[in-house]
Amino acid sequence: MASLPTLPKRFHGPSVWVLYALGLCPAISAFYLGATGKLPGNAVKEFEHLLGLWALRFLVATLTITPIRDLIGINWLRYRRAVGLLAFYYVLMHFLAYMVLDQTLRIQPIIADIARRPFITIGMAAFAMLIPLAITSNNWSIRRLGQRWNKLHRLVYVIAAAGALHFAMAVKVVGPEQMFYLGLVALLVGWRAVRTRFLRWRRQQVVSGRPATEKAAG
Amino acid sequence: ATALKASPGPYKLDDAMTPEKDVTSYNNYYEFGTGKGDPSASSGSFKPSPWTVKVDGLVTKPKEFGLEELLAFPLEERIYRMRCVEAWSMVIPWIGLPLAGLLDKVEPLGSAKYVAFETVVRPEEMPGQAGYFQPLEWPYREGLRLDEARHPLTILSVGLYGKTLPNQNGAPIRLVVPWKYGFKGIKSIVRISLTETPPPCTWNLAAPNEYGFYANVNPAVDHPRWSQATENRIGEGGFFGANRRDTLPFNGYGDEVASLYAGMDLTANF
Repeated sequence: MASLPTLPKRFHGPSVWVLYALGLCPAISAFYLGATGKLPGNAVKEFEHLLGLWALRFLVATLTITPIRDLIGINWLRYRRAVGLLAFYYVLMHFLAYMVLDQTLRIQPIIADIARRPFITIGMAAFAMLIPLAITSNNWSIRRLGQRWNKLHRLVYVIAAAGALHFAMAVKVVGPEQMFYLGLVALLVGWRAVRTRFLRWRRQQVVSGRPATEKAAG
Repeated sequence: ATALKASPGPYKLDDAMTPEKDVTSYNNYYEFGTGKGDPSASSGSFKPSPWTVKVDGLVTKPKEFGLEELLAFPLEERIYRMRCVEAWSMVIPWIGLPLAGLLDKVEPLGSAKYVAFETVVRPEEMPGQAGYFQPLEWPYREGLRLDEARHPLTILSVGLYGKTLPNQNGAPIRLVVPWKYGFKGIKSIVRISLTETPPPCTWNLAAPNEYGFYANVNPAVDHPRWSQATENRIGEGGFFGANRRDTLPFNGYGDEVASLYAGMDLTANF
């Protein structure tokens, strides 16, 4: 199988910073358009929804790193922290846009929303679960927590599912876009359930000398 | 949209009017797509002329009205608040004719209690009605009680901002019931039928717990997924301004219409 040209090692660190910069572009451009009155119609809602959509996209993206390595043999593990943190930043901005721009900091309706509207409750729960993951997204925490870090970060499966559900429950009619994200999250989380067996099967193929589709990764 | 003459009607507001570009670019019209920008972007090939509206059912004189006949009614400009069930609102200068005037022409029978409305079905001109994913069951249907339909505030609109209706706003003729949520304002009407029983309504069929038959604007009755206590006036306040305002019972038309619902539990009949 053809593989992508490998990035020289000295670019590894800078490429992560490029990813952060690119990842924040949608938020910056939407904020600029909103602040200058160039977002059509209900500018605050447009901004809020766009932030939410990108949060979901980055959540999905973090879940693709492992299957891409398993199936295509490309290792983008070094980008996973950045993508995960971008997801967190977008969720945070999505929440702040809702709280400050949309609800204009009227605390009582915000609390009522969180308590009474299931889709907002689910969204808030996902946000709350993301906080410990964001706080522990550093080398020190990984060293410190050891295996517990892996366990903790499996929460991302629940968070992604909650995010896709929050999106589907927020709209008046569940359409192709919502189905797409629900399906994608189901597929990516489902992969985790079969991946150990798949990798073992493929190793056996290699060991027994039969042609494997490719070299087992990792 | 071409220029349309109308005499000033009896209903005016102190509220500032919503900019025309917002009125014609921020729309819910699922026949053209579910996004707010879809109707203005993908209604270009819709043909609102020629057009006829069939008025039938429990009437003495069923009749098909051509668009020219409808435009020959005395047209009035009515500046109304429009409150969407999604908690946003606009102020729109409609041009239209009181629905009661049209109903008079067909002479409803004594047994008629409700009025049913139907939108055109044209998948070849309305992309939301074609393809694998269709968000609602077509035709879009709505209904009113006969006394609501005959209320002087209820109009069939044929224009806005001094011009004929743009396709995205429901050309060539749509319903406007200013004390009800916007989805009651069925667009591109091809049929009006008088019935004895409550007619089926599209959003009510799709989610009966979220959209009632009456759909009167009511800040005290929340939508299951959001509060209806406040609303966002489109085109005002901008990105940072606090543009949330309190929603008024019956969208501010309580003096005129509250008596229609005397003795009714509006929490149950939402």
